[in-house]
Amino acid sequence: MLGAVLALCLIGVVQIYSATGASSLYVTQMYGIALGLVALLICLTIDYRSLADKSHFIYLGVLALLVFVLFFGVVRGGSRRWIDLGPLNLQPSEFAKAAVALVLAKYFGENRRGAVVPSDLIIAGAMVFVPFLVIYQQPDLGTAATLLPILFIVAFAAGMPMRVFGIIALAGLLAAPIAWKFALKDYQKERVSTFLDPEADARGAGYQQLQARITTGSGGPWGKGFRQGTQGQLRFLPVAHNDFIFSAFAEEHGFAGVFAALGLYAFVILRAVEAARLAKDRLGAYLVLGVLASFTFQVLYNITMSAGLAPVKGLTLPLMSYGGSSMIATLAGFGLILNVRMRRFTN
Amino acid sequence: MSTGENRRRIGERLVVLQVAVVVAFAALGVCFWVLQIAQHDKYEEMAANNHQRTLALRAPRGILFDRNGKILVENRHSFTISILREHSKDLDQTARLLARVAGLDLKQVQDIIERHRGEPSYRPILVVEDATLAQVAAITARRLDFELPDVRVEEVPTRKYPESLAAHMFGYVGQVTDAQVASDPGFKSGDIAGQSGLEKIYNADLKGADGARVVVVNSLGREMSVLQEEKPTEGKRLQLTIDYDVQRATEEAFNAVSMAGLTNAGAAVVLDPRTGEVLAFTSRPTYDPNAFAAGIDRGTWASLNTDEQRPLNNRATQGRYSPGSTFKMAVGLAALEEDVVDPNFHVHCGGGANFYGRYFKCWKKGGHGSVDLKTAIAQSCDVYFYTVANMLGVDRINKWATLLGLGVKSGIDLPNEVTGLVPSTKWKLETRREKWYAGETISVGIGQGAVSVTPVSMAVYMATIANGGTRVTPHLVKAMDDGTGKGWTPIPTPPAQSKFDITQEKLQAIRDGMWMVVNGSGTGGRARVAGKDIAGKTGTAQVISNQGRAAARGKRDLRDNGWFSFFAPRDNPTIAGIVFLEHGMHGPNAAQVAHHILDTYFAKLDGRPLPAAPKPEEMRLDFSDSAGDSGPREYPDPPAMPADDQGPAEVQREIALLDRRPADGSAVTGVAR
Repeated sequence: MLGAVLALCLIGVVQIYSATGASSLYVTQMYGIALGLVALLICLTIDYRSLADKSHFIYLGVLALLVFVLFFGVVRGGSRRWIDLGPLNLQPSEFAKAAVALVLAKYFGENRRGAVVPSDLIIAGAMVFVPFLVIYQQPDLGTAATLLPILFIVAFAAGMPMRVFGIIALAGLLAAPIAWKFALKDYQKERVSTFLDPEADARGAGYQQLQARITTGSGGPWGKGFRQGTQGQLRFLPVAHNDFIFSAFAEEHGFAGVFAALGLYAFVILRAVEAARLAKDRLGAYLVLGVLASFTFQVLYNITMSAGLAPVKGLTLPLMSYGGSSMIATLAGFGLILNVRMRRFTN
Repeated sequence: MSTGENRRRIGERLVVLQVAVVVAFAALGVCFWVLQIAQHDKYEEMAANNHQRTLALRAPRGILFDRNGKILVENRHSFTISILREHSKDLDQTARLLARVAGLDLKQVQDIIERHRGEPSYRPILVVEDATLAQVAAITARRLDFELPDVRVEEVPTRKYPESLAAHMFGYVGQVTDAQVASDPGFKSGDIAGQSGLEKIYNADLKGADGARVVVVNSLGREMSVLQEEKPTEGKRLQLTIDYDVQRATEEAFNAVSMAGLTNAGAAVVLDPRTGEVLAFTSRPTYDPNAFAAGIDRGTWASLNTDEQRPLNNRATQGRYSPGSTFKMAVGLAALEEDVVDPNFHVHCGGGANFYGRYFKCWKKGGHGSVDLKTAIAQSCDVYFYTVANMLGVDRINKWATLLGLGVKSGIDLPNEVTGLVPSTKWKLETRREKWYAGETISVGIGQGAVSVTPVSMAVYMATIANGGTRVTPHLVKAMDDGTGKGWTPIPTPPAQSKFDITQEKLQAIRDGMWMVVNGSGTGGRARVAGKDIAGKTGTAQVISNQGRAAARGKRDLRDNGWFSFFAPRDNPTIAGIVFLEHGMHGPNAAQVAHHILDTYFAKLDGRPLPAAPKPEEMRLDFSDSAGDSGPREYPDPPAMPADDQGPAEVQREIALLDRRPADGSAVTGVAR
């Protein structure tokens, strides 16, 4: 599994190099990977149970950082998401995922009732909702949304009755128009509506989505070749090293490359689910699933978006997209998964 | 619930998750398969549309050479500035910024954009056609800052007329008008096409074929690389019949006349009478065709159009003037060929004669005495030609004048040639619904009355007399090189318009008379070139009737027009032509211009050094007013002239003495020599 993870990281570095060329972004990304591997080792060495014991501290620490960002963060592209640490910027919201996974795993893992009752759901929901709200305020709806799958998957594994999902789904459906009216900001609404009809506004808001589809589609079965992608290289596709890295990858390496990359991601995810199955205790299983939930959600959403089939959200592709914080947090997450897998025989 | 049960339940739910993951990835795989394999072609085309731009490369127009290979019209490089709307985010903003950076009038830029708004957005809108280097530098600097991503600066070939020569013959080029685009599918908006002169007539040959360059552009519209390039094909090269040196001499002589203050208007056409090849062609006042090549500005255009002298008018093919005495050879030849008279027929000139109850004066007070045809031509005796015209009748004059090339189009390869007029009974009946009065024929005999001619038709008239009856078609193109490596392909000489055989002895009488005009004691001595038998005839024609003159005095330039028609050498002519000086006052002044043309022509033929451009003060021009008052008047003694080539008749004043056009008060009438 680690091999597959590293392979994806490597693909990412190569693609970042392709998209940004001579600039040193790919070097930065390699530093990110190195730091991420350090974080992975740290997460690996400390027993996940002792980590879980301290999960509330970690959770509160991350929450504090998020609040700090809200007031003192660096603004880029209209969002306040980063803490300026000199040479690199820290994006606390990336770490919120692991923190939430930990705290939820602990909550459900130590739940002795054996079944999930509504009160559990409310408490767990509150634990997710607080960071969700703070991140949403940055505003970063995409990252905030990745927290929700953690709750659902962990609750699902913990045995939450299916009808509760039904109720939530129904409530969501009913809340949608209200959310549309009050909660979503204009640019978010625009993104959703252009998704429904991207070519209506090909020059404006639908541009990115349409370009993503063109980029992917023009790649063909075998791709245009390394650094030969016209869409990515000539900047018709925005942020080809970041949000749309998979589109650029699909353009240059075609369906064959996409097939391989999808295979790697699927392999990593299925292996990780396997780790959850083999986990010695529920805490371990929930932890694995929690980490995996946001990862999988993000992978699926980003790739769908890369194909121009989902509304454009500022959501990166874990392991491949450019971004130090994301890389470190993701690899740390895999550290947790490997941690659980490694300690399946120990007491 | 037991731990085992719990485990089993987790296990079940994990399987559900695993299946969900597999399904999700499979679905993604299918999506990508659809996009990348099934719909690949569609998206590939869209991607190509994104990053590929096809730019038209303007073809250089064909170069024009003179008959000896000297370049007369070529191309230079210039810069155009255009707006590519498909890259515009905010067209108004672009217009504002462009106007500011390039120092243009914002309103004008907006007007240009507005005019092209209906066109497809991939077609660039040309804003500045010949940008200055400062404009190019300012815009390129902005472009680097991505401020004007939708503005393109392009280097294009632009027409260049190196010397101020024969502007009306070359014509000019300009952007096709909306009307041209609408009427000719070969034109598209923004094309450069010949709008007048040779540029217009031979546009199809000269324009070449525009090339195309497919370039890769990035999302900001900046060109990154060239994918493929189809080079433009240069237009066909034309070798003109023009002789640069003769043309140059013609312009020089007109310049001198203008600088001397006589007149800046006129025309000259010089032909090879054997073929109709045009050796020199000019119309004055002239204009600068370079001003059109790079898009003429409104001010220049307006001033060209409002100028009372109408400099855009090609006087050689579009001006109609009374030929005056230059018409007398046509009358003489008609009389000989119709056997009305023979060369020895004599008329007594006593200074005037009575016809149909009116007294018609000769320009020479006291008369010429008894004159035959030769002398009548040499001395330009009016009474002789009154008499002969009266014997011929207007229709026979019309017949022969037409055969000689007057009153009909010459067929020259220039646009919008007009037809002169040699009256006939039929013409008068058709246009005025009146019968012709025999008395009207008298003034026709001296090239006044209703007779009007274009200078180019006068040149043909001279060529026809020179070559013995073949009305050659004047033409300007000798050969064409289509660039395929075959070299010059001769353009066949256009067929003659008509042909008749003049009886040699009759022709000789006319030619001898014309020879005497220049070399005897005639009126054209100023055209003389030592050792060359120049034959010629002066003409001085009133521009207004004597009655009209009084009324219009002070409002218009009423000075007479001066003509000199010529061919040479007398017995085996190789050059024939006409010099016309609008308000040039006297025919001999035109002969002075012709002298420099002929002198240059023969010097070149003989391999002598070409004569220097005449200085204004060297031109022996006669500024004396010949017809300032209504009615006949006495002329003062002739001014002193250099003795070498001035015969006595040369300096005699001619008198415009009669006004006898009852039907049309404005008709040109008078006496010429």
